Amino acid sequence: MTSNAFRAAGVLRGVDVDRAFLDLVRTHQDAVYSIALRWTGSAADAEDIAQDVFVRAYRALRGYDAKRREDLLVRPWLATITLNLCRNRVRSSNRRPRSVPLDNSPDVADTSRPSPPDAAVTRSEFDDVAVALSRLPDPQRRAVLLHHAGGLTYAEVAVALQRPEGTVKADVHRGLHALRTLLPARELPA
Amino acid sequence: MTTPPYFVEAPASLLPAVLEAVGLADRYIVRDSAVGPVFVAYNRNGISACVLASTTDEASFVASFAARFGRSVRLDPAPPAAMVARIDRALTGHRTPLRFDLRPVSEFGRAVLAKTAEIPAGEVRPYGWIAAEIGRPRAVRAVGTALGRNPIPLLIPCHRVVRTDGRIGDYAFGTPAKRAVLSAEGVDPDELERLAARRIRYVGSNTTKVFCHPTCSAAKRITDRHRVAFAAASAAVESGFRPCRQCRPTVTEDAAA
Repeated sequence: MTSNAFRAAGVLRGVDVDRAFLDLVRTHQDAVYSIALRWTGSAADAEDIAQDVFVRAYRALRGYDAKRREDLLVRPWLATITLNLCRNRVRSSNRRPRSVPLDNSPDVADTSRPSPPDAAVTRSEFDDVAVALSRLPDPQRRAVLLHHAGGLTYAEVAVALQRPEGTVKADVHRGLHALRTLLPARELPA
Repeated sequence: MTTPPYFVEAPASLLPAVLEAVGLADRYIVRDSAVGPVFVAYNRNGISACVLASTTDEASFVASFAARFGRSVRLDPAPPAAMVARIDRALTGHRTPLRFDLRPVSEFGRAVLAKTAEIPAGEVRPYGWIAAEIGRPRAVRAVGTALGRNPIPLLIPCHRVVRTDGRIGDYAFGTPAKRAVLSAEGVDPDELERLAARRIRYVGSNTTKVFCHPTCSAAKRITDRHRVAFAAASAAVESGFRPCRQCRPTVTEDAAA
């Protein structure tokens, strides 16, 4: 199936954007959420970011003419927006996923936001993959995220990160290699 | 590509939240009307649909709404009180300012519906009148089709549009419902049919020399002694009458008389 929900549609009028957008969210919401979760480490943050990604995407799409929509590479485009929002959020609230012991004891309380009712649940399930990924150098972290959480092909990762495909492949492999030591309990892709 | 290893499914709450945030999710309430309970759906653009609850259960309404409009709809647990009050007023036939979401309607359809919304409660107009008023005097049939596609019956009062020969005509909720709503608004459907049978399309006053649609509020004030009946606007004009400025009988040559 095409990674570009708009390619086949030839959308023109506002009403068509709305219908295609519904498909776009359904098709890509898991990938966007996965990237956000494996970056921020928090399910609540990931959901906020994912929602924000799609709202921005919708507004942008309504402003694009038909040609621009047709030429759009949706997966890399959404991935880029997601990464930007992840970075902005962490930067603005000065938080980053902290190392947690693998026995899942609650994280150090984040005092920059009031605790949501299920905060205890969120903290105790602080995402170990996100934590490990946060220890990687940025290029490897992003490459692994996009390829192994977002499901982007190497070519798409290259477009999203504006780096050559060969470099991106190397970053993914190096990133996975580093993760083997950080996440020994997990089975990692070959 | 097989599922990536760090892939997780997005929570079920994400899609509805996104749709609401961009205005693609409607909500609905259930209100009472002259023809029973109705589902009234709306979004930030305005009211998007009005459906008779007796013709469908809530699950079918939700499903058919999604199919028709490409948007989701859910029951509003806390509708704004002012809006609900306005909807209730409109459902009892009072002229009430309401916003409508007519994005799926064609430009022609919107002109038809806008003109229809001008018809006061207690009065009716023929399809031909709508056509003439929107500058398309020949498009009488298209007007009928557009009214049949009115996504918001009752609130956009397509029940106040009747056949050019004066008979009641069609209605999305069925002719009995049309008669019931008209009755509730003070129009006697039997009287309309009687006038139609007698080919009375307009009535005039021989004191003011003004002629009107029979349900015009001015026409109702004409006493029996002074009332004159006409089968066609041309006949009224030839008798020296002029069209009422409120209900504007159509006098152009092209229109159905």
